[in-house]
Amino acid sequence: MRRLDALNAIYSRLQDRIVVTIMGAVAAELQSIGHKPNFFYLQHAMGLASSMGLGIALCRPDRQVIVLDGDGSVLMNLGGLTTLARYKPNNLVHVVFDNESLLSVGGFPTATSTGSDLAAIAKAAGVARTATVTTIEAFTRALDDALAAGELTTIVAKVEAVGPSTFVTDLSLLENRFQFQRYLTP
Amino acid sequence: MSPVSTTSSRVIYDALKASGIRLMSALPETWLVHLIRMAEEDPDMILVRLAKEEEGVGISAGAHLAGVKSAMLMQNHGLLASINGIVSCAQLYRIPLLMLVSYRGELGERDPWQTEGGGVTEDILRALRIPFAMLEQRDHVAQRIADAQTLALASNKPVALLLRRALMVEEEPAREAGRARGAGR
Repeated sequence: MRRLDALNAIYSRLQDRIVVTIMGAVAAELQSIGHKPNFFYLQHAMGLASSMGLGIALCRPDRQVIVLDGDGSVLMNLGGLTTLARYKPNNLVHVVFDNESLLSVGGFPTATSTGSDLAAIAKAAGVARTATVTTIEAFTRALDDALAAGELTTIVAKVEAVGPSTFVTDLSLLENRFQFQRYLTP
Repeated sequence: MSPVSTTSSRVIYDALKASGIRLMSALPETWLVHLIRMAEEDPDMILVRLAKEEEGVGISAGAHLAGVKSAMLMQNHGLLASINGIVSCAQLYRIPLLMLVSYRGELGERDPWQTEGGGVTEDILRALRIPFAMLEQRDHVAQRIADAQTLALASNKPVALLLRRALMVEEEPAREAGRARGAGR
């Protein structure tokens, strides 16, 4: 499955939820579908998107948070999975787009290309609900199940290592940051 | 080992509460044990125990954007472990980040493994252009914590407070004096 198609398939679920993404292709592709004030793109600090999602989820238990992560970013903060599992925010769904490569810096393969299983790592870290999906249908269903279950879930979506031609968009980092904050704390 | 001051820890904790802190992230270290326990026992405080300090930058960033004031508790070696998060999240996105950093490796340090980080801590903070002040006496703790939080919020940037030995460690018992020979105090 292509990540862009996967994002299109779940876009309606993102409308009224808090969304935190990683940098690179995920951020650019989601913006190409349509930016919303409730979307925040962490355009650097690899590994910390899930930590930001945890901070928001703990502070806003009344809202559902969806983190759109990637294999390269998760591998930089595997310990963060244990922190997520420790606090088990029932309003957080952790999606990991796994293209088995560091696409935005030349496509070098990550350790998921040689057998490291991020869903199994999340499960072993203590995340009770995990899934690995390879099709759009299974991905959409897994996300809907997770949102309905109201329990911390990590969904690893295996995607092709393809992305947009450019990762720079016309949304400035600080414009996004202040707009997102204003959305969260009107 | 010299006892960590419960009294000073309480003064620090109360000042953090008075500054509106509602979430603390922490990675245990000897000087911080009482502060972490106080946070744990406080029903109005969200305590997030970390695997590595850098996570705390992301958690504080999320908390800030969600309208909650937070603080990071860590050792100076945890500050070193957090640098990319500080630069690429807190500074890049203009996040006010109150950091309480135990200043290990200063004069009087007995643990050999703590001695290297002490020498670089202030230079690292200066290189990162992070304003910082010392917490070394109980009577200025409340004001400095309030001032640090004020500056962090006004500037939308990280600010650090360095917790020093004189504040955090109780007077050493006389029987330990012999063991401390050559320790400089």
